[in-house]
Amino acid sequence: MSFKNPLEGIEEKFEMIQILDEDGQIVDEDNVPDLSDDDLVELMRRMVYTRVLDQRSIALNRQGRLGFYAPTAGQEASQLGSHFAMEKEDFLLPAYRDVPQLIFHGLPLYQAFLFSRGHYHGNQMPEDVNAVSPQIIIGAQITQAAGVAYGFKHNGKKNVALTYTGDGGASQGDFYEGVNFAGAYKAPAIFVVQNNQFAISVPVEKQSAAETIAQKAAAAGVPGYLVDGMDVLAVYKVVKEARDRAVNGEGPTLIETMTYRYGPHTMAGDDPTRYRTDDMDDKWEKRDPLVRFRKYLEGKDLWSEEKENEIVETAKEEIKEAIKKADKQDKQKVTDLISIMYDELPQNLEEQMEEYKEKESK
Amino acid sequence: MAQMTMIQAITNALHTELKNDENVLVFGEDVGQNGGVFRATEGLQEEFGEERVFDTPLAESGIIGLAVGMSTQNLRPVPEIQFFGFVFEAMDAVSGQAARMRYRSGGRWNAPMTIRSPFGGGVHTPELHADSLEGLMAQQPGLKVVIPSNPYDAKGLLIQSIRDNDPVIFLEHMKLYRSFREEVPEEEYTIDLGKANVKREGNDITFVAYGAMVHAALKAADELKEEGIEAEVIDLRTVAPVDIDTIIESVEKTNRAVVIQEAQKQAGIAASIVSEIQERSILHLEAPVLRVTAPDTVYPFSEAEEVWLPNHKDIVEKAKQSINF
Ligand SMILES: Cc1ncc(C[n+]2csc(CCOP(=O)(O)OP(=O)(O)O)c2C)c(N)n1
Ligand SMILES: [Mg+2]
Repeated sequence: MSFKNPLEGIEEKFEMIQILDEDGQIVDEDNVPDLSDDDLVELMRRMVYTRVLDQRSIALNRQGRLGFYAPTAGQEASQLGSHFAMEKEDFLLPAYRDVPQLIFHGLPLYQAFLFSRGHYHGNQMPEDVNAVSPQIIIGAQITQAAGVAYGFKHNGKKNVALTYTGDGGASQGDFYEGVNFAGAYKAPAIFVVQNNQFAISVPVEKQSAAETIAQKAAAAGVPGYLVDGMDVLAVYKVVKEARDRAVNGEGPTLIETMTYRYGPHTMAGDDPTRYRTDDMDDKWEKRDPLVRFRKYLEGKDLWSEEKENEIVETAKEEIKEAIKKADKQDKQKVTDLISIMYDELPQNLEEQMEEYKEKESK
Repeated sequence: MAQMTMIQAITNALHTELKNDENVLVFGEDVGQNGGVFRATEGLQEEFGEERVFDTPLAESGIIGLAVGMSTQNLRPVPEIQFFGFVFEAMDAVSGQAARMRYRSGGRWNAPMTIRSPFGGGVHTPELHADSLEGLMAQQPGLKVVIPSNPYDAKGLLIQSIRDNDPVIFLEHMKLYRSFREEVPEEEYTIDLGKANVKREGNDITFVAYGAMVHAALKAADELKEEGIEAEVIDLRTVAPVDIDTIIESVEKTNRAVVIQEAQKQAGIAASIVSEIQERSILHLEAPVLRVTAPDTVYPFSEAEEVWLPNHKDIVEKAKQSINF
């Protein structure tokens, strides 16, 4: 071949950004984010809380007290580090695994449980929560994020749309379309691809011939970054900069966070031993986001075992209360569902409303 | 003969056709090493290799578009859509392209693919997993839509679908996957597409159903028998094209009919069958032809499924309404 292969050297352009290594040591002094001690502690609190919530949700699912649930352990830095860069007025478009971000964006925990149980109140965001409920259709949220961002820009608001998908999601047409649209409109959107190495059973190597997902941004003329998704400081820093650029009118950013889910895909019968090895699990668990951030905070005298235990106990207590509250929610009725179908009920549904009122009164 | 669940019968049919025809390819999300999220393709990659049974990137429009292209290369694709609610992602590839391949090429090309997919309510899945979208598919000329109600039919219909030279949507009701076993021959056999099956004979009223609703109809028939009412139960097996002859023959004998579908009432398969009956047999009818369906909402959040889904009691009620008309 007489032409230079344009892919040559691309790896160097998308090298993984890391600030805190596996031992909790700072490896990139220049890029340590500007966070107060309180912020650092709050970040850790959120990660610990989320780890407890994950363990409890799995147990509650096994007892039949929760329904659909996608485990989060391993992904805390990726999920909460990215969300920590958001403002309350920013708009969140999560996927099914991103319930923790929704909770810290303001969704009450009992509603997250109702979502899991398949009760529509779990999808009803409170007035002050700028978010849609977790997306089940892989990729649908990505084009919508471009639309939210277009709206912010159009209305002159200094806010961003933040959306999440996975390594599998980055194969959908909607993924390319969403990133491309946001790029074309220079709309303030942030696309986080949490690369946890698998889409259910399919390893990321089988999704694409591309070395990284981050580089897919380049085709759309949008900056793409590859980040250590188990390093909460790196995730926060990259997303924060993306947010600053977005509200400055500089357009969207794509961020790939390298991470791992320790648990099964969901609690509906997935068996990870069919597609991954203990060795692989061990390798990733050594990079655990909580372990390394804990070490870092302990080194700064900001964290202790007592503090952690306190957070664990509070979390357990809040979870218990939230489940109780979810149990007290009125049973969902078909007539409720009929009433939320349209602004005004058409004739067929008016008729069916009467039919089901009668059924439900029996 | 062996006792098989419906999912085992489906695996068995795929195995049969992979073995019979080297042009058959099975692919989709998680169908390879993982054997599919319901294990429908369990062991197939191991036996037939990654060239013939393989995982795809996560993109439904890509999966079906791939199958359309493969059709021009003498291949016989059997793609899986992991849950049928995700077919919306692939609507152009299915309805806009595969269904029209023969037509738009004046017969030069065809699309002999079989799109397999789980669907159906009652198993507490998240949004867009359980929806009954067969009506949408049936409205598209160029597609055939097959829905088995039991393991024996599933095997014979799936083999026939794969051999069919036009695109077939093969829908597998999740509730039936493992709910019961029955005798399924190990050797190959086929069941014609477009032919209904009279599951139970009766002279008083005709129930027309398909998929999981066949079992609700049979249960309703059992209950009615105790009151001296003999219902005839027709399992459509294929909802596009519909076996009108079998329906009409039955209705002209019983003079009454209830058409049952798990899908919402608006438009739909049942509505179309009711029209066919009245257009052909109005003078044979003793009562209006009635429908049992779900209400016209989006498929409900799972907590409300049990009330939302039609059941055998609704069928008994409509049958009595017809008989007392
Ligand atoms: C359009 C669509 N196709 C398929 C699925 C089924 N499905 C749910 S999650 C999943 C894998 C997603 O993997 P990834 O994007 O990597 O996210 P992760 O689950 O790893 O967080 C699949 C195939 C779906 N929900 N929506
Ligand atoms: Mg993944």
